[in-house]
Amino acid sequence: MAGHISAMTAVDLVQEGDALVLRPPATLDLATAAALWRPMLDAVAARPVTIDATAVTHLDSAGAVLLLQAADASGRAEWRPPTEPRAAATLERMRRALAAAPPPRPGPRPYWVTLIGSAVLERFSGLGRRVSFLGEVTLGTLAMLAKPWRLRRVEVLRHLSEAGTQAFGLCALLGLLFGVILAFQSSIPMRQYGAEIFIPNLVGISLLRELGGLMAAIILAGRSGSAYAAELATMKVNDEIDALSTMGVDPLAWLVLPRILAAMLVMPVLALIVSLAGLIGMGLVMSMLGFPPPAVLSQLRQHLNFGDMAGGLFKAAVFGLAIGLIGCRSGLKAGGGPRAVGDAATGAVVSSIVATVVLDGIFAILFFRLGW
Amino acid sequence: MAETVIEAEGLAISFGSRTIFRDVSFEVRRGEIFVILGGSGCGKSTLLKILIGLLPPSTGVARVLGQELTMLTGQPRRAALARIGVMWQQGALLGSLNLMQNVALPMEQHTRLPPDARDVLARAKLGLVGLGDAATRLPAEISGGMLKRAGIARAMALDPQILFLDEPSAGLDPITSAGLDELIMTLARDTGTTFVVVTHELQSILAIGDRCIMLDKTAQGMIATGKPTELRDSSEIPTVRAFFRREVLEQ
Repeated sequence: MAGHISAMTAVDLVQEGDALVLRPPATLDLATAAALWRPMLDAVAARPVTIDATAVTHLDSAGAVLLLQAADASGRAEWRPPTEPRAAATLERMRRALAAAPPPRPGPRPYWVTLIGSAVLERFSGLGRRVSFLGEVTLGTLAMLAKPWRLRRVEVLRHLSEAGTQAFGLCALLGLLFGVILAFQSSIPMRQYGAEIFIPNLVGISLLRELGGLMAAIILAGRSGSAYAAELATMKVNDEIDALSTMGVDPLAWLVLPRILAAMLVMPVLALIVSLAGLIGMGLVMSMLGFPPPAVLSQLRQHLNFGDMAGGLFKAAVFGLAIGLIGCRSGLKAGGGPRAVGDAATGAVVSSIVATVVLDGIFAILFFRLGW
Repeated sequence: MAETVIEAEGLAISFGSRTIFRDVSFEVRRGEIFVILGGSGCGKSTLLKILIGLLPPSTGVARVLGQELTMLTGQPRRAALARIGVMWQQGALLGSLNLMQNVALPMEQHTRLPPDARDVLARAKLGLVGLGDAATRLPAEISGGMLKRAGIARAMALDPQILFLDEPSAGLDPITSAGLDELIMTLARDTGTTFVVVTHELQSILAIGDRCIMLDKTAQGMIATGKPTELRDSSEIPTVRAFFRREVLEQ
């Protein structure tokens, strides 16, 4: 039996006695090997074969590996090596290389019970590390309160500027648009009952109590929480944090506390800007609906009080604390490698937003119980 | 004499008003280990980037295997790039892929090998550089020396005719560095591949270099060419002598 096992390149496959004889083409390089790979291996699979490479004059590493794989697929192969010295050397070199690189063995598949157990343990140890970090920050804060001059005021101001003043424009813009959207969407059902005059009540309470703080938290998490994580993760990857420790500088006091303090201080201001801009946006919509500014202001004065605003700003400060803590912790726990910084920043944003919503839920229950 | 595989004629490069080097001309012949050496900031890596077509020279011509890589686009450029391999200073392996996937990447781009064939071939390439048992490890999980070896394995993925190595020994301990030098010499001898090595590691230059050129920051160009041992033993140029003898150059 003789035949061609590839339409592109002739390979003789001849029956000689009990064994097949495989005669590869004179040139067996990367392109030829790519075309012949499957047909050649299929043709010799689990069959005794003699690989007669005596006529091969040009053999590159891919061609050599193909011949070696063919022998492997056969399981009972005999060799007639190339007579051309360089081709023979290539075949021998790749034989040694493959022998030095056995196929990776998949590890044993763990039982599902083990998987669940590992996941639970990982969660708990992660929780433990979070609590530990919170404890360290608390102790660091107490130490700082005892010696306030050790706080790096320049760093605090820098972070106040980066997280605060540089975000004012964005907060104002998003707040304004948010107010416009809320007012328009509220007007649809309100109009059915002729209750459009109550739109300021609805939008005002929503913004001051809930949405102003939430929106500002999302902005802070996206802009500054991720920046904290990325900055600290880069420092961790570059061993800068270890360098600080070996110089006797406490990384917590030097790097973490200024960021957390800045985030906590700046959040109420951002929340206030979002809320005020939102009220302006709502006022614009109300004007379009035929309600003059004095009427809107009167509604706001009658139905909003200082408690609404103070509660919202207090929550915002807590959100800021959480975002600062999460951003710094994500950065400090970053691993090695090029993905560490990206992973830290992503983790910080996601965890901050989740934490903010969870905290808001807790506050909602708490304030409801307190009758606020 | 073996055929010329790289020709550089009157190469010069400037960034703004700052000239890095000018009038650099040399030839590299098939099968040799050619070293580009010089002190920090003399433009060695910039010259490498010109040779591999990443940076157009301000003036002059660089032909690799008869083609100016910076002038090529599309399929001709891809075909030309498949005939050279580059190992970057830090390995430049993709962090999200394991070593085997990193080595298989050029095969995926340039060949029609089926996935299992690419994996076997990638393993074999890793075996060639002594990383056969690290195929499934991520770049972040291996040492600096292993990263460089894996970088060489990836550069060799397509059996290129020329391998460019940027500072292969930099940052390695002497034993690992000597091992890498040995690997380069073995590959050059066994595969007939031409090596262009950018380095300032004296031991490596003397151990592996067949011929070399030396660039100098002050001279803004090439100040010597020849066999490294000859330059070390008989050069009359003070900078060359100082470089090879590790002497402080008196101004």
